[in-house]
Amino acid sequence: MSANLLAVFYLISGVLFILALRGLSSPETSRQGNLFGIIGMAIAIGVTVISIGNFSLGLIYLLVCLLIGGSIGAFIAFKIPMTAMPELVAGFHSLVGLAAVFVAISAFLSPEVFKLGFPGDIKIASLIEMSLGASIGAITFTGSIIAFLKLKGLMSGSPITFTGQHYLNLFLGIALLILIFLLCKSQSSNLFWAIILISFAVGVLLIIPIGGADMPVVISMLNSYSGWAAAGIGFTLENTALIITGALVGSSGAILSYIMCKGMNRSFFNVILGGWGATEDNIKSSSKEQKPVKSGNADDAAFLMKNASSVIIVPGYGMAVAQAQHALREMVDALKKNGVKVTYAIHPVAGRMPGHMNVLLAEANVPYDEVFELEEINNDFANCDVAYVIGANDVTNPVAKSDPQSPIYGMPILDVEKSKSVLFVKRSLSPGYAGIDNDLFYRDNTLMLFADAKKMTEDIIKSL
Amino acid sequence: MEIDPFVFRLSIFILSIFVGYYVVWSVTPSLHTPLMSVTNAISSVIIVGAIVAALAGDKSSLFNTSNIFGYLAIILAAVNIFGGFLVTQRMLAMYKKKKKDK
Repeated sequence: MSANLLAVFYLISGVLFILALRGLSSPETSRQGNLFGIIGMAIAIGVTVISIGNFSLGLIYLLVCLLIGGSIGAFIAFKIPMTAMPELVAGFHSLVGLAAVFVAISAFLSPEVFKLGFPGDIKIASLIEMSLGASIGAITFTGSIIAFLKLKGLMSGSPITFTGQHYLNLFLGIALLILIFLLCKSQSSNLFWAIILISFAVGVLLIIPIGGADMPVVISMLNSYSGWAAAGIGFTLENTALIITGALVGSSGAILSYIMCKGMNRSFFNVILGGWGATEDNIKSSSKEQKPVKSGNADDAAFLMKNASSVIIVPGYGMAVAQAQHALREMVDALKKNGVKVTYAIHPVAGRMPGHMNVLLAEANVPYDEVFELEEINNDFANCDVAYVIGANDVTNPVAKSDPQSPIYGMPILDVEKSKSVLFVKRSLSPGYAGIDNDLFYRDNTLMLFADAKKMTEDIIKSL
Repeated sequence: MEIDPFVFRLSIFILSIFVGYYVVWSVTPSLHTPLMSVTNAISSVIIVGAIVAALAGDKSSLFNTSNIFGYLAIILAAVNIFGGFLVTQRMLAMYKKKKKDK
């Protein structure tokens, strides 16, 4: 196959990938979009194999590798529970990162295969591209592993900080640039390995200071990095499909990070530099005097909701932890039978990754046209009888609007406090991730339901 | 003077960033999780580099260090491709509209 024809095919698969993302603009077109993505991938792999034209043993090895990787991937995809989606995505990002590192190593060791020159005499531009690709790939790899461990709970979600952390990162960043510069001059393989090793360390250092509830930003950011790594390798290999895809994924992750940061009213750097809540002096706020709290049981909650004409459900990470989405759907079904109008309100940073709550509700067969985003539904709270807050906390805290001293001041919140009554399912009065008390707990129209989210919801179903 | 092909690739890259920017802004927020899993799957197109690394070059020896890194990268990318597309498919199949029988 001629190089030109090959490039045209890569362009086609690049366009199919764009269509795959385009399809996600609505759930109806999304499945078709995913199909475009699969076709694009098949074309890219197919033409690459044909262009190599190695139909002997090599092809068998290739198929064996595809079979091994493919069956592992398929197995994971079918087995994984929807609540584990954040750690799955983090895990997958790490694989893209490591694959980028491996391809870069391979290109460095045998540049003649990729027509980049010869060992010890690689084109400068290619050297820069491949070391950038390898470096970003390595950062993505270790960063994603840390994110995976934190999300999976194998590592504490609290930020790990130490003095001089940011200076160390800055120093390593500068060291990487100097090493890349030296590599271009000397072509020494030791420098190349050093770049990869330092990048591995940077990936770890970059993610450990970031706390659990900031994970939506981290996952989006690593998503973006995996894209830039792919683009870097794409430049090295002069491959259009990789360049297009890398740019798409890179900007997609960047936009998601931006949306997540905006959802928390924090700057990207503020999140990346890490440590919120835990490092600040919020602890003192917990020593405030005890304020009266109204608490109730499942029967009270059932009575309130049964007699309401409209109920808005506000799910949060706690719903995912308690796996309460199915029970919640059943409760809503029971309410609907009583003629209650029920909708769902999702805050942009609810859960541990963008869109986390939507997937869980979809899994529980909640129709997506009953689920609304913050801007769409926020005005409806004023007209709603009951807001049922399940597993959410900081995103409903009115302090964000009233107290300029609060660390979450300015964060867009769901105006839960405007509804006639608020049912707040929570295990205790403990503050949320931001380490601040939720004013809502002490309001007259709030009824606290102290229980596990799933258990409480099931009890409510019983008394309905 | 001839234009270096690098400049063409850079143009593609920059324009794709803009395409990505507009396409991703039009993605509905409720599909942000599938967006992440599908971008994950498509970024594994890096497999084409892995295939070249594994199979191209000296045909008599297919197990040089660089070939082996190629094979490893193929496995990693394949996990992602199959896992990413299938899990996206599984998620998207769950998004249903309200039944109209009411």
